[in-house]
Amino acid sequence: MANSVGTLVARESVPRVWRLPALARLTLQFARRKPLGALGGAIVLALLLMAVFANRIAPYAYDQSIPMARNKPPSAQFWMGTDNLSRDVWSRVVYGARISVTVGFATVALATVIATAVGVSSAYLGGAYDIAIQRVVDAWMSFPALVVILSLMAALGPGLFNLILALSLIGSASASRVIRGSTLSVMASPYVEAARALGAGHLRIVIFYVLPNVMATIIILATIGLGTVILAESGLSFLGFGVPPPYPSWGAMLSGSGRSFMYYAPWMALFPAGAISLAVFGFNMLGDALRDVLDPRLRGSGRSPSGV
Amino acid sequence: MRNYVLRRLLVAVPSLLIASLIVFTLPRLIPGDVVQMMLQEKAYGKDLEDLRAKLGLNRPIPVQYVDWLGAVARGNLGESLWTRQPVLAELARRLPVTALLGVMALGVAILIGIPVGIVSAVRPDGIVDFLARSAAILGLSVPAFVTAILVTLLPAIWWGWTPRGRFVEFSSGPAAYLLQFLLPAIILGIASAAGIMRLTRGMLLEVLRQDYVRTAWAKGLRERIVVLKHGLKNALIPVMTVLGLQVAAIAGGAVIIEWIFGIPGMGQFLVDAIVQRDYPVIQGINLVIVTIVVVTNLTVDLVYAVLDPRIRY
Repeated sequence: MANSVGTLVARESVPRVWRLPALARLTLQFARRKPLGALGGAIVLALLLMAVFANRIAPYAYDQSIPMARNKPPSAQFWMGTDNLSRDVWSRVVYGARISVTVGFATVALATVIATAVGVSSAYLGGAYDIAIQRVVDAWMSFPALVVILSLMAALGPGLFNLILALSLIGSASASRVIRGSTLSVMASPYVEAARALGAGHLRIVIFYVLPNVMATIIILATIGLGTVILAESGLSFLGFGVPPPYPSWGAMLSGSGRSFMYYAPWMALFPAGAISLAVFGFNMLGDALRDVLDPRLRGSGRSPSGV
Repeated sequence: MRNYVLRRLLVAVPSLLIASLIVFTLPRLIPGDVVQMMLQEKAYGKDLEDLRAKLGLNRPIPVQYVDWLGAVARGNLGESLWTRQPVLAELARRLPVTALLGVMALGVAILIGIPVGIVSAVRPDGIVDFLARSAAILGLSVPAFVTAILVTLLPAIWWGWTPRGRFVEFSSGPAAYLLQFLLPAIILGIASAAGIMRLTRGMLLEVLRQDYVRTAWAKGLRERIVVLKHGLKNALIPVMTVLGLQVAAIAGGAVIIEWIFGIPGMGQFLVDAIVQRDYPVIQGINLVIVTIVVVTNLTVDLVYAVLDPRIRY
């Protein structure tokens, strides 16, 4: 459990060599306690590698038409077959990982910054500011995510950056609520009071006392958010509001002109569908396990009545 | 209790107002002008201005907002910029379709989620529990539109069977009408069922460990009574909250599912309206959906207070 000890400055004299085995031991311990979480972590790692080294892993370019290879079933040459435009499905799935990873991490990074700023400030400042901000968050959270993202995407126009912006605006609302709650409970602890009594300024209290202790919550929210964002991105791309073609997004590979060809070439749909599900599964499992290990109190939503 | 209801209502009103402001502003941020789209290249500057004036789009945005809010309060959601049909009439035709889909999906979610959750909790780490938990993880990981595609694709490959593409109107028989919703509703409900099952299991496990349950066992009551009457009653209270949240999730999921299955509900209406930049329609749909969600959450909170006598507000 994170506590004020974490804020002490680590000794510089500790040899750096010791850190890595410790990390490895921690990872092993995590894998033994949470095998499913470790599986999720492995999937996430594989996804990251696929995204980073897409141009080395994929045998063809994502938009390359291969002559004489239209709607070919999976074979030794085309692991996942080819689509109706003679493109290699495996290459497109590999490049698709880039979209999912980029959108996922960028969105979660942006959403986390917004959510932390809103949540911590709302809890710390309190008063009328808190009430006003929370009503806006309420209103924002009343929209089904997909409905408001669709409207936002229509407003912002298609494109990678707009997609990230729209998704993070939605994701930050509910996360800010949880971070606000966490901040409130941290602020009630004696060490914050002690810091205040010592004459620490607001900024100092927030940065050195509140933030380190809310960090566990933030990390968990971010990990769980990744799965949700990848799911949302694929849904939006599926509806045609995501990253524009020809860049391959897994969601888009399931829709559009390809849909009528899927009956003759089912591999066109099955592999991207599997990729989405596997990625979401990986992030969910990793997030669940991290939550259990880092902060069991967050388990299960809606434990307490959502009173005002 | 009455104070709580009042306070809760007071909080809901500003939320709805802010939501209405968001509803009104969002479509107006859409780049491109509906007037230009409607007249294509045929228009000259004056025609554009005339049409804008006719549609009331040339006035300041705050004035448009107040006008719109006033009209909404009187039950007038305006008319579609394209078809000139009143939005309310079109919504009245489409809302029941989506509502039926949503209710059926919620029914599927409850019918699967709660019983499986109970069985899982009564025999934790048993075979049913293991299967149910694995299925739940799967259900949470596979998005509804992927399930929908697989469900339409795989039978077509294996048996050459495809679901009918055309929507059956209610007039051609209630049985056929209801039947076409079954598959979409199951797909939509399964994702929610996974979450409900996990929560039911977790809550029931916790409740069954409590002292009063041990007392019930000690009195020699049968397992059914202990689990269903003593345990489940208390375990279901948090599940209620999540059911409320599922209404929003299902409303969002319906957009994609309606699109795939060609069901003429609100979701399809919304996607079409966004593509056509039909402001009044986008506003109308968003407003209706948000109102439903806010009212549902309010109801859940109030039911919560009634169900759980320990909660004093």
